[in-house]
Amino acid sequence: MAVLNEEQEMLRDMAREWATNESPVAAFRKVRASGDPEAFDRDAYGAMAQMGWSGIIVPEEHGGSDFGWLSAGLVVEELGKTLTASPLVATTLAAAAIVLGGSDEQKAKWLPRLASGETIGTLAIDEGPRHDPAKLSASVAGGKLSGTKAFVHEAHGADLFVVAAANGLYLVEKGDGVSLATRKLTDQRSHAQVTFDAAPADRLDSGGDSLLDDVLDRARILTACEMLGMAQAVFDMTLDYLKQRVQFNQVLATFQALQHRMADLFGNLAMMRSAVEGGLQALDSGFGIARAATIAKAEANRVLHTMSREGIQLHGGIGMTDEYDVGFYLKRARVLETSWGGTAYLRDHFAGTSGY
Amino acid sequence: MATQPDVKAPGADDAFREEVRQFLADNFPPELKGKGNALAGVDGPTQESDAQRKWREAMGERGWGTPTWPREYGGGGLTRRQARILDEEMARAGAYNPIGGMGVMMFGPTLLEYGSEAQKKEHIPPICRGEIRWCQGYSEPNAGSDLANLQTTAEDKGDHYLVNGQKTWTSGGQWADKCFCLVRTDKSDKHRGISFLLIDMDAPGVEVRPIQMISGMSPFCETFFTDVKVPKENLVGEEGQGWTIGKRLLQHERTNLSGGGSLARMMGASLSDLAKKYLETDESGAIADKVLRDRIADFEIRWSAFLLTARRAAEESKAAGGVSEISSVLKKLGTKLGQERAELMIEIMGFQGLGWEGEGFSEAELAGVRAWLFGKATTIYGGSTEIQNNIIAKRVLGMLDHQ
Repeated sequence: MAVLNEEQEMLRDMAREWATNESPVAAFRKVRASGDPEAFDRDAYGAMAQMGWSGIIVPEEHGGSDFGWLSAGLVVEELGKTLTASPLVATTLAAAAIVLGGSDEQKAKWLPRLASGETIGTLAIDEGPRHDPAKLSASVAGGKLSGTKAFVHEAHGADLFVVAAANGLYLVEKGDGVSLATRKLTDQRSHAQVTFDAAPADRLDSGGDSLLDDVLDRARILTACEMLGMAQAVFDMTLDYLKQRVQFNQVLATFQALQHRMADLFGNLAMMRSAVEGGLQALDSGFGIARAATIAKAEANRVLHTMSREGIQLHGGIGMTDEYDVGFYLKRARVLETSWGGTAYLRDHFAGTSGY
Repeated sequence: MATQPDVKAPGADDAFREEVRQFLADNFPPELKGKGNALAGVDGPTQESDAQRKWREAMGERGWGTPTWPREYGGGGLTRRQARILDEEMARAGAYNPIGGMGVMMFGPTLLEYGSEAQKKEHIPPICRGEIRWCQGYSEPNAGSDLANLQTTAEDKGDHYLVNGQKTWTSGGQWADKCFCLVRTDKSDKHRGISFLLIDMDAPGVEVRPIQMISGMSPFCETFFTDVKVPKENLVGEEGQGWTIGKRLLQHERTNLSGGGSLARMMGASLSDLAKKYLETDESGAIADKVLRDRIADFEIRWSAFLLTARRAAEESKAAGGVSEISSVLKKLGTKLGQERAELMIEIMGFQGLGWEGEGFSEAELAGVRAWLFGKATTIYGGSTEIQNNIIAKRVLGMLDHQ
């Protein structure tokens, strides 16, 4: 993995310890069983905010720690490993949109609240079942936004929506003119169709024409971090399983056919990690972000897709049971793959932005 | 062995970048712009032009061809960060690193770790200056994937060893000055009976015969040793330590054979540029064949991820003071992707990409065909893909030996 400084190592270790002890997959099972449409544990998110995780990319003057994207990615990866249900990614992305495009006033108003965990934010962009930021019909007239966003992550808990309209990004608070219809997806997290009907909207004016693209780059990279954690977890649990499961009087790990498949998965995982960390490093250095973001998400899609399928296959029948954890990763994997660009979209995007 | 971490010092970086730019402006001959390093491969002997020689000497003098090697042995003594700046600036100027070959890729780093002070002082500086060519004496007719089965013997004769046996697949053996060799000093122990020995290729009793390959090229040789006298001071490490040293060298080899050794290669000609030259484009400039366009994008994304992996491995190994645990992964992935790239190129070029000789084909097209064929060796040599899979499964993932 990337060479970390001392501060980043501490942060990573803290996140790993917390996720392992306080938020194992069993915690997600509880959230799922509760049936609460918000689908996350408010106390757990409070603890995460207390540790400063919701403010990692927020500048210090606005109540954050400004530790940078690599640091944010390390935390998200650790939470991805245990499938921690939280609005951390969604809130971080909303904060990023405001950092990039907000006025001083908007920053002063929202960033401290997002950083402290008091306010939960999310992005509301796509209007259909497939990612397509070029086709947006949400519109604004007289400071009121109208339109329907088809699948919004963490919508039930969100206090603040960063909404993409045809002519820019807007901040919309939950309340007047905002209504939710739950769209339960296979990952059992919070997703909703959100309808804005003349909802009061505050435009993010400072980000220039590329603001939506810039926010999407960050969404792709941070989502890829969660996927990296998931892929690592599936790999680790599969390897552990092969090392203890006995068939034909032999431990499965001793079969060369399985060893070579694990070596293939390990190689793929290495590529995914490099692509994802490359995206984070691009964000921190401000260089080549758009290309790095496409590579990060495309590799995350490709590798997690394979990993989640192989994870089930290599476990055999036990992998098919709800009692065992590996299936949860498969279901969350497809939701994240579809978010901010499926593989076909990303390849087309890559070719287009590369000039062919 | 801990190394100094690269400290973030933007001011110092800028100053170094300025120094590199000045050096390139003063020393890099403009007529070499865009050319590659003829010494890096094993394709054949190189007739150096005056410009090439001057450029090599200028870089060798600074030690910048081996930028992170210690200054005291002729290396550049640069931090990883500075080396990256050097790479970036060379790419920007269209310059290349004129120092290379097996001495740089494999033998040098290994000798720096295991060699005696006298050996380092003798062998490292000429490598840094690009004055000498090394070849590798590892494989034998019955010791390929099962390398430890090697039978070439080195018999202790007091002040020297007497070497007898046959090596094969000696890359560039016909042009090499010296050979780093694994030899058997003890027949009773498969692994601990192996030693690491340096042999002069012009010593009496050394005979080299090139082998013609399916590509039509002969970069590999058979090498025969008949009563070759090798002085005792040419033993690297202890007698019987050869397997350990040899394996470490192979890790360096894998990292380099993977094809992603240098960041500068990211700037090289892309598959998409080639595709735009050979394929029809629509009015917006996009490749009209959408299926091929999709496959090219798929490949380029994965190739980029691979180059990032090579960069990550270099950073990790620098930070850890050793070779990254993903060196086997790099070899496995890079060689496969390289082959995939060659196949995709042929598909893009159609019959034009299958010329063997004669008229109607450009030099680049003919070279491309040979490279495609020769590239099939990459997943076989340096430890085949199957061997890399075994190494990853057993050493990295801790899966047990299969029965």
